[in-house]
Amino acid sequence: MSEKKTIPAPLANEGLPPEERGLFCDAAPREYEPARGAWERFLNWARSESLWLLGFGTGCGAIELRPLMTSRFDMYRYGIQPRPTPRQSSVFVIGGYASVKTLKRIVRSYEQMMGPKFVLALGSCTINGGMYWDSYNTIKRIDQYIPVDVYIAGCMPRPEALLAGFQELKRIIKSGGGEGQNEYARNFDWYKANQKKVIKDWNMPDYNW
Amino acid sequence: MNELAKELAGRYGARGWHDIRKDLASVEVDAIRIRDVMAYLRDEAGYGHLSFMTAIDNIERGAFTLSYALRDHDARRGLIVHADVDRAEPTVDSIHLLWGQAWTYQREMREWFGIDFPGSPRVDEEFVLEGWEGPPMMRRDFDSLAYSDATYAERPGRVTHDPASHMREKLYPEAAQ
Amino acid sequence: MEPTIIGRIGYAFVSLFVITNYGLLLIGSMARISAKVQGRVGQPVWQPYIDIVKSSAKRNSIGHGAMFYLGPVFRLAGGVGTYMFIPAVFGSVLFRNFSDSGDLLLVMYFIFFGQLGMALGAGEGGHPYSAIGVSRGLAQMTAFEVPFALSVIAVAAQYGTLDINAIVAAQQGGFAHWTLATNPLAVIAAIVAFLGMSGHNPFSVVIAPQEIPIGPPTEYQSNLLGMLQTNRAIFNGAKLVLYMNLYFGGATNIVAMVIKTFLIYFVNVFVGQAFPRLRTDQSIRFFLGAPTLVGIASVIIAVI
Repeated sequence: MSEKKTIPAPLANEGLPPEERGLFCDAAPREYEPARGAWERFLNWARSESLWLLGFGTGCGAIELRPLMTSRFDMYRYGIQPRPTPRQSSVFVIGGYASVKTLKRIVRSYEQMMGPKFVLALGSCTINGGMYWDSYNTIKRIDQYIPVDVYIAGCMPRPEALLAGFQELKRIIKSGGGEGQNEYARNFDWYKANQKKVIKDWNMPDYNW
Repeated sequence: MNELAKELAGRYGARGWHDIRKDLASVEVDAIRIRDVMAYLRDEAGYGHLSFMTAIDNIERGAFTLSYALRDHDARRGLIVHADVDRAEPTVDSIHLLWGQAWTYQREMREWFGIDFPGSPRVDEEFVLEGWEGPPMMRRDFDSLAYSDATYAERPGRVTHDPASHMREKLYPEAAQ
Repeated sequence: MEPTIIGRIGYAFVSLFVITNYGLLLIGSMARISAKVQGRVGQPVWQPYIDIVKSSAKRNSIGHGAMFYLGPVFRLAGGVGTYMFIPAVFGSVLFRNFSDSGDLLLVMYFIFFGQLGMALGAGEGGHPYSAIGVSRGLAQMTAFEVPFALSVIAVAAQYGTLDINAIVAAQQGGFAHWTLATNPLAVIAAIVAFLGMSGHNPFSVVIAPQEIPIGPPTEYQSNLLGMLQTNRAIFNGAKLVLYMNLYFGGATNIVAMVIKTFLIYFVNVFVGQAFPRLRTDQSIRFFLGAPTLVGIASVIIAVI
């Protein structure tokens, strides 16, 4: 995995008190070039066949993740399994509406995941606000804050729809389209500005390692 | 009018006793006497449990109505005490010394309605919102839609259908015409 | 013909390669068997391979200091070290490993070496769940080591040697010579200790999925996680081979080895699917109770 030569300027981390800034990393995310040719296709196949979910239910839609593990829907047969820590997981399922308070945790968890990482946005609320379109505390589109690979419409989508979304995600990864991490790094300033616009008390590092 | 209603009326000027059910009643008192009423109900009248307390924004008459739901577990009866507080200057006595859990409710009402409870522990800390800068959002003059439109990015192309007419057109197009 | 030292190292690599693949397939097939018990289809048998490739192909990774990197290295060294001093197939040149260089005590040391290294590394990760998982793991390890050590003492006393090759040799000649037949109490104590060692369900206090999800490796990711996953296969294989050698008469060919180790590992799944998880204190009390008494009885039988 070759890395980009240009290293972006260190982040200011202005949300942290000065005495704590030294405790956190101030490096901005970098873009990573994919490997070439058949080797990258093989790696993408492995990534698509071993999707580890972050076990973080961010909204009411997370209730649809539980049936997936049961014997009726059995997501394990597709190589999908839950993982309790963002460090080890590669798929983040946004479970429906995201309040501002949750968005803060979503951003933190998403940034802690190791790339390549993929986001599956579940439910109408993540697309255009859904039934929370006029809520004072719920963001209306998640793709302003983190890159999204697949949307699953519905309120709520059934577990079958979720499985179909996973198949679509696999297709995208296999075709080399799952580059959300690089997209996030490329447009980091834009994403960060959007996040800071709604998260008023920004008391965490600018990029959470 | 029963004994307790008379007693409350005589001692604290309570009015409007209303039997909602056989075992549940409501009564109104002045907000300035709320602490005395609560202490009397807890210590003398047997209502030992504060089930919850909440507030209602009665913007038409310029008042927040505080509601205290009490429960007497021995006699299996409940009582809801209402108290109007001026909307322009909403300050009420804290009852956290009577019931320890009250400070959580008071913190909630401080954040959601802007009602102040001087002396209540941690009443000025944020409760469920983080970094909220707008006006208290459960007040009825707070325009949620305008705030949402101004704050959160919207995806263009959102349309709203009336479910009945939309489904009629979709399922029975010839009947709709 | 005795091979040269270079040849033996080459054979050891082949042997290690075989046990790694066997361990991975074993984990995959047991996951599939568990799925069948639960009425599911289950993951493919080769899923552990894909997971390792995926983990190793992650594009970035983070570290928390030197000890953090050394944790998986120690763990892997513990796994490989355990396996390297056990004869996988008795009498085979290829699968003899370096079993004539070390004895049973060295192997027992290596079994716990990896866990201690992992404890240091996970501690530097700084995640509270890591620390809780490590303390739980070490507490349980101390507990199940008592019946296991007693059982090993019984075996050593019975055969009068600590050399694993000699113990296997003494068990040759049919089922009646196995430790399972000559000292069944030692086998019972050891199998119960094995349940704790594998960390499957009644004794899964270390990774405790519902309370301290995943436990020690919470902060491990990318290629470090790939190392841990590989080690899990090697370490499982090594423990199974050790148990087969000590209690089930060893194996004189690879087919016998596969059948016996599969059945020993199956005990885990069998028990794990039938019992819910114990709490940490329950688990420790359990190991220090009946299994320890059985272990003491087995030593007495062996000495008498």
